[in-house]
Amino acid sequence: MNTFKGFVIKEFKQIYRDKRTLVVLFGMPVIMMILFGFAIRNEINDAQIGILDFSKDQVTRSVIQKLSNSESFKVTAYLSGYDEVEEIFRAGEIKEIVVFEQQFEKKLTTGGIANIQIITDATDPNLANLVQAYTSNIVRDYVNELNAESGFVTNQAGLQPEIRMMYNPELRSVNLFVPGLIAVILMLVSALMTSISITREKEMGNMEILLVSPLKPHHIIIGKVLPYMVLSIVNVFTILVLAEFIFNVPFKGSYLLFFFEAGLFILAALALGVFISSVANNQQTAMMVSLAGLLLPTVLLSGFIFPVASMPMPLQWLSHIIPAKWFLIIVRGIMLKGSDLILMWKETLILALMTLGFIGMSLKKFKVRLQ
Amino acid sequence: MKIIGYLLEKEFIQIFRNKAMLPIIFVMPIVQLLVLSFAATYELKEVDFALVDMDQSSLSRELTAKFQSTGYFNLTEVIFDEKQAQKMMNAGDISMIMYLPSGLETDFSSGKPASIQLSIDAVDGTQAGLIQSYSTSIINDYNQDKFANLQIDVWPPVVNKAKSINIIPQNWYNPDLDYLTFMVPGILVVLVSMIGLFLSGMNIVREQEIGTIEQLNVTPIRKSHFMIGKLVPFWIIGMFDLIIGLALARYGFNIPFLGSLTIILIVAGIYLVVVQALGLLISTITNTQQQAMFIAWFLAVIFILLGGLFTPIESMPAWSQQITLANPVAYFIKIMRMVLLKGAGWKEIQMMVAALSGMGILLMMVSINRYKKTTG
Amino acid sequence: MNEVVISTTNLTRKFGDFTAVNNITFNVKKGEVFGFLGANGAGKTTAMKMLTGLLTPTSGNALVAGYDVYSGTEQIKKNIGYMSQKFSLYDDLTVEENIRFYGGIYGINKKELNQKIGEVIESVGLQSVRKKPVQSLPLGWKQKLAFSISILHRPKIVFLDEPTGGVDPITRREFWEKIYEISDQGITVFVTTHYMDEAEYCDRVSIMVDGRIEALNSPEELKKSYSSRSIEEIFIKLARSASRGQG
Repeated sequence: MNTFKGFVIKEFKQIYRDKRTLVVLFGMPVIMMILFGFAIRNEINDAQIGILDFSKDQVTRSVIQKLSNSESFKVTAYLSGYDEVEEIFRAGEIKEIVVFEQQFEKKLTTGGIANIQIITDATDPNLANLVQAYTSNIVRDYVNELNAESGFVTNQAGLQPEIRMMYNPELRSVNLFVPGLIAVILMLVSALMTSISITREKEMGNMEILLVSPLKPHHIIIGKVLPYMVLSIVNVFTILVLAEFIFNVPFKGSYLLFFFEAGLFILAALALGVFISSVANNQQTAMMVSLAGLLLPTVLLSGFIFPVASMPMPLQWLSHIIPAKWFLIIVRGIMLKGSDLILMWKETLILALMTLGFIGMSLKKFKVRLQ
Repeated sequence: MKIIGYLLEKEFIQIFRNKAMLPIIFVMPIVQLLVLSFAATYELKEVDFALVDMDQSSLSRELTAKFQSTGYFNLTEVIFDEKQAQKMMNAGDISMIMYLPSGLETDFSSGKPASIQLSIDAVDGTQAGLIQSYSTSIINDYNQDKFANLQIDVWPPVVNKAKSINIIPQNWYNPDLDYLTFMVPGILVVLVSMIGLFLSGMNIVREQEIGTIEQLNVTPIRKSHFMIGKLVPFWIIGMFDLIIGLALARYGFNIPFLGSLTIILIVAGIYLVVVQALGLLISTITNTQQQAMFIAWFLAVIFILLGGLFTPIESMPAWSQQITLANPVAYFIKIMRMVLLKGAGWKEIQMMVAALSGMGILLMMVSINRYKKTTG
Repeated sequence: MNEVVISTTNLTRKFGDFTAVNNITFNVKKGEVFGFLGANGAGKTTAMKMLTGLLTPTSGNALVAGYDVYSGTEQIKKNIGYMSQKFSLYDDLTVEENIRFYGGIYGINKKELNQKIGEVIESVGLQSVRKKPVQSLPLGWKQKLAFSISILHRPKIVFLDEPTGGVDPITRREFWEKIYEISDQGITVFVTTHYMDEAEYCDRVSIMVDGRIEALNSPEELKKSYSSRSIEEIFIKLARSASRGQG
């Protein structure tokens, strides 16, 4: 026991002394939270738009005013003809041109209908959709106000959809990203760091020394893995605290369940880290394999930013074997929907099986490698 | 000069002999390109929904059929208990609940507003927004169809006098709103960045850790020669990977190549230098490979996230958009998109290229300076 | 041949408060086999690094191969050879490739280089492994190869930093035979070691304790002045009073 304790203490000390890595390990979750909380979003802020107004009357002025008053848009160009559109788009700053047809006010008041053309720079389809949606909303608001003033009931006959946005009524991106962020950070610390740490000992030649000591192989693994487990848990806490108190991300479910599931995921990640370290001979390889084989799929295929359902079928199948995908469903369920174990039993089971599988795989590989 | 030749020879031998790194340098970027391009999309593909139909009318049937016929919506549950449906949404089995109240068809046929409830899983706000707009337009379509068939005098005349503004959307450069077209140029940038950032600087730290650097320091090799020897091979590999990526983009993904390839390659060359200089700088402030890798990864993530690849720069708050001015990744992604997809030329990108070049020179100078000092 | 190839005057190197090398003054003549003895931490390696241009001295003067260690490091490097404790050959390069690389670095032209590659491989006996990566060689062979590479360009002086660490006695003997060979050819050999018996092989030996040179003479003279039968005894006498290292 004493040997083991000594070993674990040495591990902790080594990590603690590597100040640079420590700064990154603790700073990363915080910086990522800030980025995902404030900067990485699918909302619009001060997007530059141009106006092509063939009518130049009271109504068009009001609409333009409304657009520029909104936080989403900034009117930075007034065009005089269609021929200018190409040049403006090519310069790259302006994302949308709003075109008002001739005699706009007249057509609206006498005929009851007028046309606005929204030309978007659709090189970024996501942005184009967003910009269009926001513009349409503002125009629709204007029309409703106009009609309300004249006393018209704007509710037309016919089917009226009443939309309820569940769990995230304000459609905040940060609510979507935070669970994914937890998964990514855990993968980074538990898998990447562990694999590099073990491979380092191999590269420096210390592994042999450890193996001839009274320490059993599983002691060595646990000793190597323990500090990163602690680090992971600290990181999860940090993210949760920041998420809840600064970014108002809801936490509707049970903390106990959350930490249980997080524990499972951490174990899975640690096991993967150990596995990688047993097949890699030096640190560079371990790092590249962890990055390419674990981190990248976790970021791309787990549903962290891009929805799994939108991916082509082969990628969707691939995502089934990525533990983060299941973890995300569980965490989003717990945090945003208040789901309990009964609802999440399927995903939990899958995650648990994966974890056990990875642990088994890595232990076996580690022992075999030593022979 | 000949000395640099020997240095390059040694580097290339080492790179190609490293069996583990070889696939990573050449295969991984391609795999990344493929996977990322297909994975990175916000398109709506399929929405599983539950139907709670209290009306049980022909309208319900028609409406449900209409939703399904679009191919975007998939009816997976028909239930009568709203709470049950809610639980299913909690469990993540469905993304939307369509609730049709009793008396719906009656209200509809008599011209009264007939409201139906759509509960949408909004955890993913973007998706929810898309589901909303698709649903709304399907319902509007349904309304239009029905109005056309019914007689005009059923409707109170006041409806005709309400004003409405008709919005006609027009999408330039990418009329199908194809994600691949948008993502691939940006992904190529990420590829090139990874190689530039990670490999050269890391290599220098590696020699330091192992000790071979001392043997080199005693020789008449100038520090500048040494660094060129370290940077050039990976510059070449980076450009090579980029060219393969571009070929894939053009012939595999059919990305339009409106602008000049020469411009892209020149800018890429400059960009690679910038990124390598950054990697070099990192290697001068770290002692171990682990540290270097970690810091490089940390910076890479921040730059890429803020570079406008996954979410638009226009979505960011002002302070964050300011940071973009110092982000080389953002510049290159923008240039790539502008040149490839819109056919922009030197005129439009010259400011950005100047900024990149300036960054490159500055970073190189600082790193070289630091490097000379720290190795005695 | 009494030409002086290395001379130092009050050479000092400090690292913050710690004085690793404290005012050492000595000369080395051409063709000499000059030994630098001392316990771990006594300052040997630091001193050698200053002489090879790897470290700048804090104070004092030194000339190596006629060039100043402050201003002439580039020239010094052209005229010396070096073999470090870690025998820094590239593990993933073959024997041939290593020789080729270092030879090229020192400006040996292609034709001569090819010839030299053959010579080195002959003399060290590496014919069977010439195309194998250095990693696969046993320690003794690596060390011999590193040594051969260090004199490939016929430097005036060759610096050997603990060259025989961890090697069997027979290989050590062979090694020293080679050292004598090149010394006879006029190459000065500056060698650090903490093997006391190797001190006997040198023309002159200096013993460093706590950064200072406590003794400097030929092995015979030293044994006379300290009334000892071996350098080891002298060393222990001197090191007993040391305050640092494992003396």
